[in-house]
Amino acid sequence: MNVPGFNRRGAWAIYKFEMARFRRTLLQSVVTPVITTSLYFVVFGSAIGSRISEVGGVAYGAFIVPGLMMLALFTESLSNASFGIYFPKFTGTIYELLSAPVSVLEIVLGYVGAAASKSVILGVIILATASIFVPIRILHPALMAAYLLLIACSFSLLGFIIGIWANSFEQLQFIPMLVLTPLTFLGGAFYSIDMLPGVWRTVTLFNPVVYLINGFRWTFYGASDIGVGASLSMTLGFFALCLVVVGVTFRTGYRLKN
Amino acid sequence: MPAALSISNLTKTYASGLHALKSVDLEIRKGEIFALLGPNGAGKTTLISTVCGIVTPSAGRICVDGHDAVREFRACRTKIGLVPQELSTDTFETVWATVSFSRELFGRPANPAFLEKLLRDLSLWERRKDRIMTLSGGMKRRVMIAKALSHEPQLLFLDEPTAGVDVELRRDMWGLVRGLRDSGVTIILTTHYIDEAEEMADRIGVISRGELILVEDKHALMKQLGKKQLTLHLQQPLMHTPAGLSEWRLALAAGGTELHFSFDASEERNGIPALLRRMDELGIGYKDLNTRQSSLEDIFVSLVSQRGQLRP
Ligand SMILES: Nc1ncnc2c1ncn2[C@@H]1O[C@H](COP(=O)(O)OP(=O)(O)O)[C@@H](O)[C@H]1O
Ligand SMILES: [Mg+2]
Repeated sequence: MNVPGFNRRGAWAIYKFEMARFRRTLLQSVVTPVITTSLYFVVFGSAIGSRISEVGGVAYGAFIVPGLMMLALFTESLSNASFGIYFPKFTGTIYELLSAPVSVLEIVLGYVGAAASKSVILGVIILATASIFVPIRILHPALMAAYLLLIACSFSLLGFIIGIWANSFEQLQFIPMLVLTPLTFLGGAFYSIDMLPGVWRTVTLFNPVVYLINGFRWTFYGASDIGVGASLSMTLGFFALCLVVVGVTFRTGYRLKN
Repeated sequence: MPAALSISNLTKTYASGLHALKSVDLEIRKGEIFALLGPNGAGKTTLISTVCGIVTPSAGRICVDGHDAVREFRACRTKIGLVPQELSTDTFETVWATVSFSRELFGRPANPAFLEKLLRDLSLWERRKDRIMTLSGGMKRRVMIAKALSHEPQLLFLDEPTAGVDVELRRDMWGLVRGLRDSGVTIILTTHYIDEAEEMADRIGVISRGELILVEDKHALMKQLGKKQLTLHLQQPLMHTPAGLSEWRLALAAGGTELHFSFDASEERNGIPALLRRMDELGIGYKDLNTRQSSLEDIFVSLVSQRGQLRP
């Protein structure tokens, strides 16, 4: 029997398995972001928007749309990818994955690909919901799509790493709750960092999320707090780092094999 | 023709420092049923797990059908099917979905006709659309067997397949194992039921404390190590073994109505005729007599306890 160097069917099987898992919870997967987005518009858009009418020439309601999408993308990518690989570890079904003719490449493509796909779909749903509330224009649609994909993949990779690393459901929740949510809220999702006083503005520049959100916002409005080059290299760097960590994790079998 | 499985110097030391496998060498022939026997914690599951890629060996080499398990892991694993000891299934999936998944995961093209036959053979066909969580424990185990066979492996591992399994499934399982062997599949199983190993296996390996103590053809093993026991049903019960019979290793049983004599089946002169003559002389009458081959269990217990004495 001729065995190819890449098990394309295996990767596809994992991908379909994960997408089927999402389909089973389709309703809550779709309804939750729609309701959340609407709430953000009511709270931030109306309450704050009545005081801040414009940010850098963009209506406040429209200004927060990229940030909202990023926020959902971060949390959904992390939770889906981390749960996807953590659950088989938890139930013991991981034995099959470990004994299958698949390498880290097929496993990552399957799990991360599926989590990223779901995040992108959610991002589009949020965009559609937001467009009901505010008129949205996208200056660089191709770049916007590329950015969306890149961020979804990066955070799904990070989520995958967390899922491999985690030994309990608490640990699974730890990074998203304690690290990512604050970084996102402080990362200019709902305001321009130019609105901050000098010192805070400098401090904020150490928050990597700022670069991601601003880069994404730039693809919408062509304006951002930070140069799009810096933002894009930050995103690519983050993606590369996650790839390296995954590679090392599997090479050593860390927390997957004894 | 390369061996179905060839293991040399296989060693595993867990992070805890426990030596679960100590330089194991083992060669499995194509098409045989090999039973790995050993008490709990002997290292059976660890051995299987290293071959299947679930546990990373500390040292040693594994070859499956001539392919190195590390360098050619894809070729190796495509050939291997595993039914692990623990029952773990994707509870939310349907039977059909999970078995199809397994086949694809192992890189095989879809083959609904084959999967249908497999599910029918395992009495799972009627339940194919049901979610696994709705199945009983025995049915879940059948699902795990179906998953392991879904990609048509040439080498099948069954890790304590009948532990805690009902009679019907046990019978079906052995029927299946025989059928697989007839179609050329090599089978390695671990079991606590020694009578099963005795009944099913072609060869038997005994493992204890991470060491493979012996590997032997089943019949040769029985011959070599088998003790026989002669039972004499006495006419008159005895209080103690008569002094005149002290040359023989005898024991009284059944309230003094039975006399037991253990002897080596392999020995030419087993001492039975002499014993019977002496009993005649002493006037000890017996109604009936029979001999019994000692089971693998007896052999196994004596082997493991011998070893245990060597090493405190
Ligand atoms: N993940 C592990 N970490 C540390 N020790 C382990 C691990 N798995 C098994 N062991 C130990 O290794 C030995 C062999 O276990 P195992 O291979 O499961 O035996 P068996 O299957 O023959 O009952 C036991 O002493 C067991 O406690
Ligand atoms: Mg075991």
